[in-house]
Amino acid sequence: MTALLEVSGVSVAIGALPLLDGISLSVRRGQILGLVGESGSGKSLTAMAAMGLLPLIGGRVTAGAVRFDGQDLAGMTEGQRRALRGRRIGFVTQNPMTALDPVQRVGDQVDVVSRLHLGLSKSAARARTIDLMAQLRIPEAGAVAEAWPHQLSGGMKQRIVIAMALAGDPDLIIADEPTTALDVTVQAQIIQILGSLVRDRGVALLLITHDMGVVAQICDRVAVLYAGRLAEEGPVGPIFAAPAHPYTAALIGCIPQDGMAKGSLHGIPGAVPSARAFPPGCRFHPRCARATPECTRDVPPLLPRGVGSAACFHMTPEAG
Amino acid sequence: MTARALPAPVRALRRPMGALAGGWLLLVILMAVLAPLITPYAYDIQSLKEAYQPASSAHWLGTDEFGRDLLTRLIHGARTSLSVSGIAIFLSVLCGMVLGAAAAWFGGWFDRAVTVVVDLTWSFPEILIALILVAIIGPGTTGTMVAISVAYLAQFTRLTRAQILTLRGETFIEAARSLGASNSHILRRHLLPNALAPVLVSAMLATGDAIILEATLGFFGLGAQPPVPSWGGMMSAGSALIFKAPWIIVFPGLTVAVTVVAINLFGDALIAELDIRNRMGGRA
Amino acid sequence: MTDPLIRLDGLSRRFDTGGGLLKAPRSMMAVRDVSLSIAPGEVLGVVGESGCGKSTLARLVLRLIEPTSGRVTFDGTDLTALRPGALRTARRRMAMVFQDPYSSLDPRYTLAEVLAEPFVVQRRPVAQDALTEMLDAVGLPSAMLGSHPHQLSGGQRQRVGIARALALRPDFVVLDEPTASLDVSIQAQIIDLLSDLRSRMGLTYLFISHDLGLVRYFCDRVVVMYLGAVVEVLPRADAAPRHPYTRALIDSGFAPDPSLRRQIAPLSGEIPSPFNLPPGCTFAGRCPRATDLCRRQRPPLEGEGDHPVACFHPY
Repeated sequence: MTALLEVSGVSVAIGALPLLDGISLSVRRGQILGLVGESGSGKSLTAMAAMGLLPLIGGRVTAGAVRFDGQDLAGMTEGQRRALRGRRIGFVTQNPMTALDPVQRVGDQVDVVSRLHLGLSKSAARARTIDLMAQLRIPEAGAVAEAWPHQLSGGMKQRIVIAMALAGDPDLIIADEPTTALDVTVQAQIIQILGSLVRDRGVALLLITHDMGVVAQICDRVAVLYAGRLAEEGPVGPIFAAPAHPYTAALIGCIPQDGMAKGSLHGIPGAVPSARAFPPGCRFHPRCARATPECTRDVPPLLPRGVGSAACFHMTPEAG
Repeated sequence: MTARALPAPVRALRRPMGALAGGWLLLVILMAVLAPLITPYAYDIQSLKEAYQPASSAHWLGTDEFGRDLLTRLIHGARTSLSVSGIAIFLSVLCGMVLGAAAAWFGGWFDRAVTVVVDLTWSFPEILIALILVAIIGPGTTGTMVAISVAYLAQFTRLTRAQILTLRGETFIEAARSLGASNSHILRRHLLPNALAPVLVSAMLATGDAIILEATLGFFGLGAQPPVPSWGGMMSAGSALIFKAPWIIVFPGLTVAVTVVAINLFGDALIAELDIRNRMGGRA
Repeated sequence: MTDPLIRLDGLSRRFDTGGGLLKAPRSMMAVRDVSLSIAPGEVLGVVGESGCGKSTLARLVLRLIEPTSGRVTFDGTDLTALRPGALRTARRRMAMVFQDPYSSLDPRYTLAEVLAEPFVVQRRPVAQDALTEMLDAVGLPSAMLGSHPHQLSGGQRQRVGIARALALRPDFVVLDEPTASLDVSIQAQIIDLLSDLRSRMGLTYLFISHDLGLVRYFCDRVVVMYLGAVVEVLPRADAAPRHPYTRALIDSGFAPDPSLRRQIAPLSGEIPSPFNLPPGCTFAGRCPRATDLCRRQRPPLEGEGDHPVACFHPY
């Protein structure tokens, strides 16, 4: 089965500063790909590259290609790319507080997407909006559609933003930390809603998150980014059972869990390097317990490992 | 790192526009300070037979209707104009910061009273306030100075008050309090120093306006009284002779214009260098 | 049992929002009748979602804001009755670490000046060695003393915030979501550091967080707050929750283990407005166990020895 979104070997630079180095990932319909890493690892930049939005921030693809449904984004006109976003790619931002226009009723903001992209009439658009809102488990959707953004809670606003992303009937949804600004009980709701959307409607979801717990809960595959490079990629089950890359293992290990013994929570020493000071060799080596002289010298290639792939000279062997 | 260690005005001078504008301002200030030493003539000696001379090697900028050297008067005029507007703005900033900080700090009826008065004065043009005050105090440099400083008082009071109110919500203020810091410590160490930079930049820009206001009052004959030269006074005298001896009004006018533009350009460079956003941890 | 280091008795705080031209003035109870005690050396966690009053509680405990009613006793002294001068002196023994490592350091000052401030404020001599020692204790190189906060990463800034809090060797530290603005990898570093410092310096912590998983990992006892009031006190971090809200909080956390994937019964309903609380249990509108009694009457915090819960139908 072919991938809906395919990012192959994409490198990105802003000005003369290289930020992403050979990122490859793909998402199919009905599948959720989690894109994880600490802040500064290049997650959001990858999403912008996937949407063809790099020019907005003065960035450009220096190598590789982004293909949506088999078409190369670079071969399209800006008009075609714009038609793609909104219509075939829906986007959910991190902060629902700023994603909505404060002086428009929320229903109108959802309506406008389906009127613009699907050419629906005013009443048909509203019917669709209310239907979407009900699918997102918004109680009394008709009344909520008439509300102003400031009258709604954060979780409700995020559901409206998701409704906007869905209104154009997209094939792919890109969600950038959609629950980070929300309370935990609300986060659980939204994550569940996103998960069932993918199963029920057969859309593809690229979920950007820093939270390995969220990945474990709903993603099918996961791509771990570190300092602009792919550290590991593959199906969620095997990777969580036995992460190949020490960085993946460290990200999983720093989440506090119930029943964890005191002192067993381990952070990752140091911090993500800035793009101006990427270390040579494996970029993770200054923070890595397994690093050897080889790691400080050579860049580990991304090699297949079981059903996934990882870029490390000292991979953990696969689980049984 | 070393570049950051230099004070912001010095860094502003390293920018092309900042250097150009700053250079002009330094030149004007230097000439104003050294006026008696560098001017070729005395500013008040009349010589009617040399009146209305255009620019020549003897009089670089020509002479006025009394035969006085225009360059000499322009340089002495800089002395008057710059000192009057500079001192006026200095007083205005001083009073404005005290008033604004007190209003923000004490709140309550005092804050409301200050805000009402400030908003009232804010709604009148500066020139009107200045004219009324000069009418009360009487014309001359002192009157002009007081008038200008009162005219701009509202601006600095407002700005300081707003700055302090914003800063008061910063966590580092709460942190200082949690350590047991007194009000005066917080005011001295955190609030005023952080409020200072924006106030000083706005004072710098206001000085440009103040020079125009001073010139305007001078033009109306309310500024420095003859024979003491001021840029406004010179323009006023030249306005009647604009067709007969245009240089009498053109040179002071140009000087005012270039100086004010220079102040604004330097102010812009300073704002860019201060980069207040960066100082607040990248999140203004 | 030893005497508690901190005791809160019926602590409440009301906030009034001023009426505007078109709005009537309204008031809300940010913290309602909270009574707790913290033993010396204990780590007490307070957990709850945004708007539950946990940050207000943190500030009430240190009297950074004044309570509307109730009392805070620190080592036998009634803090709420102290005059400003005496309160400032009392602050030598307590400190606070703030959530936002970006705005909690004055951008104008170098780290040396930031770390010297506690001494200056308390009129004590500043020893250069002490500053270096403090940086060392939080794992920062002493070469950083001359740096400004904007040159540091978020995690490093938070380390400075911790060093400043510990400068005067306090007994009691309030940690107000000290890791909420940081990456999880950095969060674990900071938590490590905090527990290390606690055992080295014999500190007592009040740890505020929205993350129940983190609180259960780090704390000895856990207080759960909902809309300004305590709904449950877990006597041990691993105690089974009795209040439906605590249970919902636990169920909302995702373990980083795909084999533990589960269907979550999401809470239905919305959080009521704090300006207009329902007469009964404030959680009744979202609770799977709510009955008519819950909607009519507010359950008191009581029961079963050291594990009180404010619920008519606890688990």
